Amino acid sequence: MNDEMRRPAAAYVLSLGDDEMILSHRDSEWTGHAPILEEDIAFANIALDEMGHALLWYRLHAELVGEDPEVYPDRLVYQRKPADFRNTPLVEGPKGDWARSILRQFLFDSAELVRLAELGQSTHAPLAAVARKILTEERYHDRHTRAWVRRLGLGTDESRRRMQLALEDLWPFVPDLMAPRPEEEPLVAEGICPPAEVVRMSWEADVIPTLQAAGLRLPAETVPSRFDRFHHTPHLDELLAELQSVARLEPSEAVW
Amino acid sequence: MTAPARDTNLDRIWEVLNEIQDPEIPVLSLVDLGIVRGVDLEGDSVTVRLAPTFAGCPALHVMQQAVRDRLHGLGFTDVKVETVLDPPWTTDDLSPAAREKLRGFGLAPPRRPAAEAALRLEDPVACPHCGSLETDLKNAFGSTACRTIRYCRSCQQPFEGFKPI
Repeated sequence: MNDEMRRPAAAYVLSLGDDEMILSHRDSEWTGHAPILEEDIAFANIALDEMGHALLWYRLHAELVGEDPEVYPDRLVYQRKPADFRNTPLVEGPKGDWARSILRQFLFDSAELVRLAELGQSTHAPLAAVARKILTEERYHDRHTRAWVRRLGLGTDESRRRMQLALEDLWPFVPDLMAPRPEEEPLVAEGICPPAEVVRMSWEADVIPTLQAAGLRLPAETVPSRFDRFHHTPHLDELLAELQSVARLEPSEAVW
Repeated sequence: MTAPARDTNLDRIWEVLNEIQDPEIPVLSLVDLGIVRGVDLEGDSVTVRLAPTFAGCPALHVMQQAVRDRLHGLGFTDVKVETVLDPPWTTDDLSPAAREKLRGFGLAPPRRPAAEAALRLEDPVACPHCGSLETDLKNAFGSTACRTIRYCRSCQQPFEGFKPI
C-alpha cells in the first residue's frame, strides 16, 4: 500500500473496529439477563465474536499506523476519549428490550455481511484477509438475528408491537450506518474498500423485504439522527465510563 | 549448525507443538487443530506461524503463550508467534485424527466441507454417544465460540457439536 493510502485506510479500519467493539459491549450486557437461557448463551457468544472481530481490525489499524499490534488494541479501547471513537451511533445506544437488541443486531449484521463480502475483494491483501476471516463467523449472527426478527415480528401482538417500536426508534440511525466515511473516496478509487452506496443498495434490497415479510412497517418519513461517527450520543460516555473504569483509576499501572 | 542438527531441532519443535493442548478441548493439540501454518528456524530463533480459529476465542492467547514457554524451555532464546489470517482457518483444517478424538471427547466433529455445512447447520450430525442421525440442532451457539448444542432423540441425550466455519 502506498503511503498516501495509509492514513485513510487506518481511519476506515478503525471505524470498523469501533463498531464491533462498542456493539460487543452492549451485547455483553445481556449476559445473565436474556429472556431465555439459549439466548443468554447466544448473545454472550455474539458479544465475544464481535470483540474478536474488533481485535482483528484494531491489529490491522496498528500495522497501518506503525504501532505494535500486540499492545496497541488495548490502548485504543481503554485509553481513548469518547470523542475519539469512530463507531456509528446505532451501536452505542442502550440495549433496550429484547426486540430492540435483536433488531439492532440484525440491522448491523446484515450490513456487515454485505460490506465484508465486498471487503474480501479489497486490493489491500491484509484487509481482504481480515474480512474473509470475519465473514465465516458473521454468517451465524445474521442467520440467528434474521430468524428472531421473523419470530418476533410474526409472533404475538406484543412482540410485534415491540419490534415496530424498536424499528421506529432505530431507523433514524440507519443513514449514518450506511453513509460514506469521510476517508472513503481515495480508498474506493484504489479498490481498497467498496463505495458505501453499493453496500447500501444491496443491503436495502435484502433488509427492507425481510422486515416487511416479518410484518413490520417501515417508518414513512424519517428524520435522520443528528449524531454520527464524529458526534456521539451521551450513551457512549456512559458506556465507556463503565468499560474504562479500571483503566481510568490506574492509567499507568493497569496491565491487560 | 549442521544440517542434521537443524532437522533434529525442527522435529523437536513439531513434537512440542503436537503436545500443546487446546485448553478448551484438551484432547486436541495445535497440530491436530491444523492451526500451525509453519515453523522457521534460524539458529536459536524460532518463528511459529499460527492461524486463529475463532477470532474471539480466549484459548488463542493461552496457546500462543504455551508455544513461547515450551520453546523457551527447549533452549530457544528468541521465540516469535505470528498470526496468519490468509487463508482463514476453517474446520476442514482439522486432521482426520482430530475428528476421531473429538468424537471420543463427546463433541460431534463438524461436517465437511465447512462452507457448505455452515449454511446447513440444521442438518443432523451423528450423535457422538450412540452414532444415531436422529438428532436436532438446539442452539447455533454453545458453551464456547466453537460449539453448537444438539440433542439426540435416540439416546435422549444432549450433546455438543463443533461448529463448522
